[in-house]
Amino acid sequence: MAANLRIFIGQNLARRTNVLFQNSALNETKCLAVYQQSRKNSFAAQFDLVKGEALAKYGGRHTVTLMTGDGVGPELLSHVQEIFRYAGAPIDFEVVEINASKNTPIDMEHALLAVKRNGVALKGNIETKFDDPSFKSMNLALRTSLELFASIVKCKSIPGIAVRHNDVDCVLIRENTEGEYRQLEHEIVPGVVESMKIITAEKCKKIAKFAFDYAVQHGRKKVTAIHKANIMKLGDGLFLEVCRDIAKGYPDIEFNDLIIDNASMQMVSRPSQFDVLCMPNLYGNILSNIAAGLIGGAGVTAGINIGDRYAVFESGTRNSGRSMKGKNIANPTGILFASCEMLDYLGHHEHAKLIRESVFTVISDKQIRTPDIGGTATTLDFVKAIIDDVKPKTLAWSVMFQI
Amino acid sequence: MAATLKTCVFTVVKNTTAQQGISKFINYLTANAPSRLLHQDQTHQQASIAEPISRPSGRHMVTLVPGDGVGPEIMAGVQEVFKAAGVPVDFEEKFISEISPNTSSTLMDVVESFKRNKVGLKGIITTPTFFKGGVLQTLNMRIRRELDLFANVVWVKSLPGFTTRHNNLDFVIIREQTEGEYSALEHESIPGVVESLKIVTRKNSMRIAKFAFDYAMRHSRKKVTAVHKANIMKLGDGLFLQCCSDISKLYPKIEFETMIIDNCCMQLVSNPYQFDVMVMPNLYGNIVDNLAAGLVGGAGVVPGESYSSNVAVFEQGARHAFAEAVGKNIANPTATLLASCNMLNHIHLEYHSKLIQDAVLKVIKSGKVCTQDMGGYSSTSDFIHAVVNSLP
Repeated sequence: MAANLRIFIGQNLARRTNVLFQNSALNETKCLAVYQQSRKNSFAAQFDLVKGEALAKYGGRHTVTLMTGDGVGPELLSHVQEIFRYAGAPIDFEVVEINASKNTPIDMEHALLAVKRNGVALKGNIETKFDDPSFKSMNLALRTSLELFASIVKCKSIPGIAVRHNDVDCVLIRENTEGEYRQLEHEIVPGVVESMKIITAEKCKKIAKFAFDYAVQHGRKKVTAIHKANIMKLGDGLFLEVCRDIAKGYPDIEFNDLIIDNASMQMVSRPSQFDVLCMPNLYGNILSNIAAGLIGGAGVTAGINIGDRYAVFESGTRNSGRSMKGKNIANPTGILFASCEMLDYLGHHEHAKLIRESVFTVISDKQIRTPDIGGTATTLDFVKAIIDDVKPKTLAWSVMFQI
Repeated sequence: MAATLKTCVFTVVKNTTAQQGISKFINYLTANAPSRLLHQDQTHQQASIAEPISRPSGRHMVTLVPGDGVGPEIMAGVQEVFKAAGVPVDFEEKFISEISPNTSSTLMDVVESFKRNKVGLKGIITTPTFFKGGVLQTLNMRIRRELDLFANVVWVKSLPGFTTRHNNLDFVIIREQTEGEYSALEHESIPGVVESLKIVTRKNSMRIAKFAFDYAMRHSRKKVTAVHKANIMKLGDGLFLQCCSDISKLYPKIEFETMIIDNCCMQLVSNPYQFDVMVMPNLYGNIVDNLAAGLVGGAGVVPGESYSSNVAVFEQGARHAFAEAVGKNIANPTATLLASCNMLNHIHLEYHSKLIQDAVLKVIKSGKVCTQDMGGYSSTSDFIHAVVNSLP
């Protein structure tokens, strides 16, 4: 597999990039020029509202940007809207259609502006075509331009789902903007590709502080830094050093560090030892997928991306689920949990609690589950069960007023 | 009907094994669901409000300030309609008045109630035009200041069946209402010379501009017009204008234009169809609100609403207490009834909102029950009864 990949990169990439860029060189430069020009002139690039001002909240109701994404994103998000409607959550959605086929700089710009003016977004994942080197990840562009430096994935076992470990309760906090994800790659001589991994003290400080603050605010006991400083002595070494420094400021929180390979092993063998994990970008990506797998897979985890000004909520493992599209089998639990996190973020704790409890009731008590977590129910069955569970809680008066 | 259809579809999906049917249905859901909530499409809107929805608490508490003049009579009518429609709303009534201070509750009491309930229905509190010492700010202003109700929205919409000089009007006036000329900073520097200060701040201008554009987005509007007098007040109104044009860049899909207030007034009476959403500072907003209300039938038929980030207060669009009609049973309750519908919409009781709104519009469209201001001879209570009888 790895050998195949190497061959793929060594031969295909070189050939394909050359062909692609040379043949359409004119086109490409033109596009690039337009894009850079639009970046330069773009208001989104320069304009930022201060925190608090960014939220479009009037009379207690919020407007939230809804980015549809690819795969099962659109259908799941429409279910979220439906459930919100029945739960009476004071949220209005501004729907922005963005997906892999709508990826011009203008579309991107509009999506960015939509998040900037509302401050908060709920998002389906946008597919990244990895076999096309000119295709930049839009998820990544979104995260970097909104400066969403922290990604949070909460993994807590859901009672009733048959998995190997029933005692997982950890929070994975991941640096979201630098590291391996800077997209700085080049082929110096044919057959040799360099990818740069960038670690800066500034971002490390920010994420470490965020992790410890999170631990304090949420009554957590321990923060574990994940790294590979035995090999990348300078890069990951810096990350580890900064984490140790910050830890000194939080004497009440226990701090330890773990090397990524060991951490992965520990995660699958004894996950209960983890509490809050603080990681650079790629390790976070891998480890949060492992942790998500432990509690039931891509369909049941929520992901939060938080910056100083904006917040974007999505499913935890960031898979678009293209293979499940239109089959009515996708699991809406993850995106529902994400939307509950969003309600919490906006201060509507009551509604968040209502929806979250209903999801737990449906999965654990009523045992209505989609195939990915060992059930037979369809997505619509699941959504309908939640609506049926939400309704009586909100419709106390419907009995006396029947039409 | 839609509810049955839905269950129907659910059963179909359950029973069918054909993959295609399911994906078709999902596509239908996906394609339609977003627009439903944004109220872009009439048919979908109807489908989505066919079932009653509510909030966890079940019943809602809403602050009711009847106000002066005909306010108490009209509010009684509104409560009657609510009762008949079975609206799950309880009112916390607070009487406050500047002209009868002895029976009035305190300002803090009223503000507390608004803050607690987050939603209010408010009549008009009469303000004496003379100054007998004490506080310069009027009671209305102080309530707005305390609650930070910075944005006032008046949706000027012609009522079908009620013919005025201009028909089929549909535009929105958004007014900043915490600063500007209403800052109540006036003094007599030397005898015979009075200075009134008009305050414009960047913070509040940005806020109202963003509100206007957010409103336009939320209601699928196409254009925002900023109204100003920056040719004379180059710094003050200039700042307001600058803020509006700054914010407009965040909304590339909404057209932005500017207009000077005097021209705007002329355009409003000669060709009001060109407007969509208008945003303006305090005093201009006050004048334009009233002017526009006049275009579609006067103070009795245009609802308005005020927003802070946490509180929403619903009232008449053109604020007149109509004191000369007290006890005569002739005032038009349409404005307050429509405002209360907007209130129900705001607290996610779309179903009841539509129920009452349809009834009111039906009564007006039939043209049989008209109050004096609409050219008829019916009384307030006749109108209220007609609305109650039109409820399904």
